[in-house]
Amino acid sequence: MTAPPAPDARIHDIGYRRYEGERLGAMYARCSLFVHSLRGAYGLGRSARSKMLPIGLFVIMCAPAVVMVAVVMTTGRDELPIEYTAYGVFMQPIFGLYLALAAPQMVSLDLRYKTIPLYFSRPIERGDYVIAKFASLTASLFLFVGIPLLISYVGSLLAKLDFADQTTAFARGLVATAVFAVLHAAIGLLIASMTPRRGFGVAAIISVLTIPYFAVISLMVVADEQGSPDAVGWIGLFSPGSLLEGFQAKFLGGELEFPGDQMLTNAAGAAYVVVIAAIIALCYFLLTRRYRKAG
Amino acid sequence: MSVIQTESLTKRYPRVTALDRLTVDIGPGVTGLVGANGAGKSTLIKILLGLAPASDGTATVLGRNAAHEGGAIREQVGYMPEHDCLPPDVSATEFVVHMARMSGLPRTSARERTADTLRHVGLYEERYRPMGGYSTGMKQRVKLAQALVHDPKLVLLDEPTNGLDPAGRDEMLGLIRRIHAEFGISVLVTSHLLGELERISDHVVVIDGGKLLRAQSIAGFTEATASLAVEVTDSDTHPDGTRALLDALAARGLTATAGTGHIVHIDAPEPAPAAGPGPEAAQEAVQDVVHDAVRDVVADLGLGLIRMEQRRHRIAEVFQDGREEVRS
Repeated sequence: MTAPPAPDARIHDIGYRRYEGERLGAMYARCSLFVHSLRGAYGLGRSARSKMLPIGLFVIMCAPAVVMVAVVMTTGRDELPIEYTAYGVFMQPIFGLYLALAAPQMVSLDLRYKTIPLYFSRPIERGDYVIAKFASLTASLFLFVGIPLLISYVGSLLAKLDFADQTTAFARGLVATAVFAVLHAAIGLLIASMTPRRGFGVAAIISVLTIPYFAVISLMVVADEQGSPDAVGWIGLFSPGSLLEGFQAKFLGGELEFPGDQMLTNAAGAAYVVVIAAIIALCYFLLTRRYRKAG
Repeated sequence: MSVIQTESLTKRYPRVTALDRLTVDIGPGVTGLVGANGAGKSTLIKILLGLAPASDGTATVLGRNAAHEGGAIREQVGYMPEHDCLPPDVSATEFVVHMARMSGLPRTSARERTADTLRHVGLYEERYRPMGGYSTGMKQRVKLAQALVHDPKLVLLDEPTNGLDPAGRDEMLGLIRRIHAEFGISVLVTSHLLGELERISDHVVVIDGGKLLRAQSIAGFTEATASLAVEVTDSDTHPDGTRALLDALAARGLTATAGTGHIVHIDAPEPAPAAGPGPEAAQEAVQDVVHDAVRDVVADLGLGLIRMEQRRHRIAEVFQDGREEVRS
């Protein structure tokens, strides 16, 4: 004979509970999407396989900074081998790979797995989605370059380099990085939003970053050798990489590595700013238009 | 109070008219939206969520105008799309929490509600695994959970049983029924399979080619055409039991027809006008009369009564009638 079960010895189904708490609205939803996408860009909250590449690239990105600091500390040099403003451009290949990975991760997957209708069936509007994703990709790119800069900065201070010099240079480096991140985010996101296929997105972004860059560099070499060094600066307008290199050299006191080593004229410098702003605005406009229909 | 109201709602695309002057009034409860593929079901849902503008007419959801107050409506409405919508490398918990926060729930509430909702839809340990490895049934549950996680007042379920095997289908239908019965959330569920909606809906709206064919309660659909199926055995005195039963019933003034095998169908006679206070009471009174008559007749004839069951016409038949009416 078995004893009857004690009256409180079973799991009670407490049934359905209503949610009476607050609903925080569109601004909160935008922030949530921003944070979620930012985490996703580094594979956080995703499977281990999705973490591998972004984290791996990030480690590679940080490696030169660590090495630099080690070199400065052991040899006692009085400046860092790579300037803060030039770090992003110097690491362009790794940065390009990361962008090609992160941008499709951010938008192509939503298109491919048709998650977009779930977003748009919630309080946010289509424009909110674009803003959140854009901000998120910009932030992830900023961190991607900014953290190695921070490592260099902290390291250089530990190595007792001049505090004032390092701080101004670091601040300039952060400004350069911000412009770098916004421009690349705009281009990368627009390309990625065109295709639900991640592979296409990756390939297209790498092409857009590298092909114009190498074309521009070759043209610069030709222009320099043919004795029109002024043209070199203007040619630089035609690729994202050279745009940013010229921008940081002209306005943030960095070094210009263009063939001929001639600083940009003021007119060319102004054109650089206008073109950078125009590209960002145009990409943003096209993105908004793209998402008026998508999903 | 009506949950969804449309007034000559029309949606024209360049080449097709998806909705054609649709006027419906849907109250609380489970409402089935029936129509063949391309009948305009998904278009209607898009307009109700405020995601697509109507070409003409108005739609009101939970008392708000879908054209102008889409955001406010979407805060109180859950939507489960027909197609796959789950990223494969994210766990169900992670995904549903994210969707809860997208609906405006603070972080801790989002976590609690996610755990609750996933339990209600029947997802347990597997909710921590990436969704890429889920079966169709599990994916459908997650899709349902993300539509319920913010405790909406209304959920729009687009073909929730699509791709499920019969057992999974039954479980999903049971869940949908519970959404209203236990959770108190109104449901609009679409399907092209009429049999399933019949089992779970309080009301059915049938649309075809963007036009309203019928909007009626399930009771109205089926009870009006209720009949009784009786199965009897043969006996020595009556070698053909069914024949004898038919004759005897005819003698009592009941219309009966022979079915397959030993089954006889008896149509319920029109209720007498003075039979009772309401139509339902009248219906019951008539059924009692028929049941008594069958019992008496079978006993008199000395036949064995194997079973006697209320047979409802399937909505499918009604739907077919409806189509013919409109086409002709």
